[in-house]
Amino acid sequence: MTRVKLVETPQVLFRNRRPNRIATLEEYRQSGGYEALVKVVGRWSPAEICRCIDESGLKGRGGAGFPASKKWMSVPADGAYPRYIAANADEMEPGTFKDRMLIHVDPHAVIEGMILAGYTISASKGYIFVRPSYESSAAILEQELENARRAGYLGENILGTDFSFDIVVHRSGGRYICGEATALLNALMGKRPNPIKPPPFPTVKGLWDRPTVVNNVETLANVPPILRNGPQWYRNLAETEGSAGTKLYCVSGRVNNPGCFELPMGTRFSEILERYAGGMAPGYAFKAFLPGGASTCFLTKAHYHVAMDFDAVAAAGSRLGTGAVIVFDDRTCLVAAVLNLTEFFARESCGWCTPCREGLPYLRDLLWRIEHGEGKEAFIPMLRSMCKHLWNAYCALAPGAATPVEGLLKHFEDEVREHIIQKRCPFKV
Amino acid sequence: MLSDALKETLRGKIAQGEHPREHAVDVMLEIQKRCGYMSDEAMEEAATLLGMSPLELEELATFYDHIYREPVGKYVIRVCDSAVCWMHGHLSVVDHLTSLLGIGMGETTPDGLFTVLPVCCLGYCDRAPAMMINQRIFGQLTPEKIDRVIRRLREEASFDEAE
Ligand SMILES: Cc1cc2nc3c(=O)[nH]c(=O)nc-3n(C[C@H](O)[C@H](O)[C@H](O)COP(=O)(O)O)c2cc1C
Ligand code: SF4
Ligand code: FES
Repeated sequence: MTRVKLVETPQVLFRNRRPNRIATLEEYRQSGGYEALVKVVGRWSPAEICRCIDESGLKGRGGAGFPASKKWMSVPADGAYPRYIAANADEMEPGTFKDRMLIHVDPHAVIEGMILAGYTISASKGYIFVRPSYESSAAILEQELENARRAGYLGENILGTDFSFDIVVHRSGGRYICGEATALLNALMGKRPNPIKPPPFPTVKGLWDRPTVVNNVETLANVPPILRNGPQWYRNLAETEGSAGTKLYCVSGRVNNPGCFELPMGTRFSEILERYAGGMAPGYAFKAFLPGGASTCFLTKAHYHVAMDFDAVAAAGSRLGTGAVIVFDDRTCLVAAVLNLTEFFARESCGWCTPCREGLPYLRDLLWRIEHGEGKEAFIPMLRSMCKHLWNAYCALAPGAATPVEGLLKHFEDEVREHIIQKRCPFKV
Repeated sequence: MLSDALKETLRGKIAQGEHPREHAVDVMLEIQKRCGYMSDEAMEEAATLLGMSPLELEELATFYDHIYREPVGKYVIRVCDSAVCWMHGHLSVVDHLTSLLGIGMGETTPDGLFTVLPVCCLGYCDRAPAMMINQRIFGQLTPEKIDRVIRRLREEASFDEAE
């Protein structure tokens, strides 16, 4: 295995990454930070900004991969005021920790991205929604927001223009569903964080019925470099034709060097695993991986060289999701792993709709029995049909929960059946 | 009963936003910092400050896993049991902690120092297995590391008491 230095790939979001400390405002500025703000605020029209972001091909990093410019443009021109930006730093999907890394590396990248998004949709206030286990991120952001205010980048009359925009940090009380965009809006308003089924979409009627854009913090951090360097530069960063930019891939599981790596969008899974994550941990062989967090479908040896971009991962039958790669080895029982994932989703269901509230414990129970030697052949079709029902739920949590179960049945049905035949988990000695 | 000083602090917090109930979680977290948990009286007084009914606030209190409706220990230990920590032996972390403290999951030690709870992925999967104590994260846990952390917290607590 050849060792490759990380500097060989262009670092955009992590350009100021240093061991154990955050980049200061001055360091951010010296590396081109806030140049985009100076370039566009008071000079570019919202339409010009949206065109630039559109041409860059920036897709949302929060899981759904929705084009950022399309979301911004869906704010109606005659929409009411005040308007809001909500930056989603909830990040509770197992395997995902890139947003924490990003905030700890270069908090002003997120702040500048939010201000630019705010300018584009004429918003006056931004919220950064932070989960309880990221208290350190919340504290960093509050301190750096103050620094941005003092430097004139945030607050009243930004850079002497008539654009005013301020940002506050909102601390969550914890729960995975709060990361779902519409549940997040309820959480911000101090209501019970159940999702709200669109339409109307949040960009039409969001916080207090006003237009609101919800973006992932990684999405927002990509905005300043695109506006500074242009859309073509951004597209050229990607490894694969048709994709754009870099991606923060989080790698965890049975690897030597778990971590978060900024790599060209479309870097091959094999390369991410072997070059950056240090390969499989000693004594373990590769078996499968979840390419984009807990709610994505397993990929296997057959997909070892898949290009990790939105289209290629979708073509392989899964989703790039958040780019959180969880690697499983040949000695880990995937029935037990999926049981664990299903327990997570069942516990985190908001309980609002029946398919999810009742269906997830049912799935969990079937998987538990199979794992503990009480499975029957009939359970396999029962699992399949229950997964189908979950797609009728009120929000995307339940279909997300069904996905790894479907992946287990698609690629590892034999392993499930082996549990049933042997009446025990074949991985337990 | 909330002290007048605390109520003043909370009123200040609430006044910062346009809509009082935006701060519902913040207010409850602040009260917990001083009083440990949300008692029935605290719920009623907080609801009044926020312009909500106690029932509306209860809807939130019972939803969020960082809001406590019953007393918890001075240190709340949350052990991650999601996929990556599970793969890295979260069960042995649970076993070690519960036998060290002599309590089961969800229980509080008789001296009121420690409560142990399960928690979903903490976002520190690169340092699995992980746990969080109050607001601090501890990763790459081993039995020795857990012993060290607990010993330090016990010392800190007896120091606080002597103060
Ligand atoms: C159950 C659930 C949890 C989610 N959690 C998060 C999250 O923690 N962070 C996030 O950015 N997006 C999360 N999303 C996706 C959001 O709904 C939304 O698509 C995203 O924040 C939009 O940002 P983007 O367009 O920049 O990707 C979640 C979705 C679902 C269904
Ligand atoms: S699918 Fe689950 S999380 Fe989503 S609304 Fe229904 S119960 Fe709530
Ligand atoms: S799975 Fe434990 S911190 Fe993510």
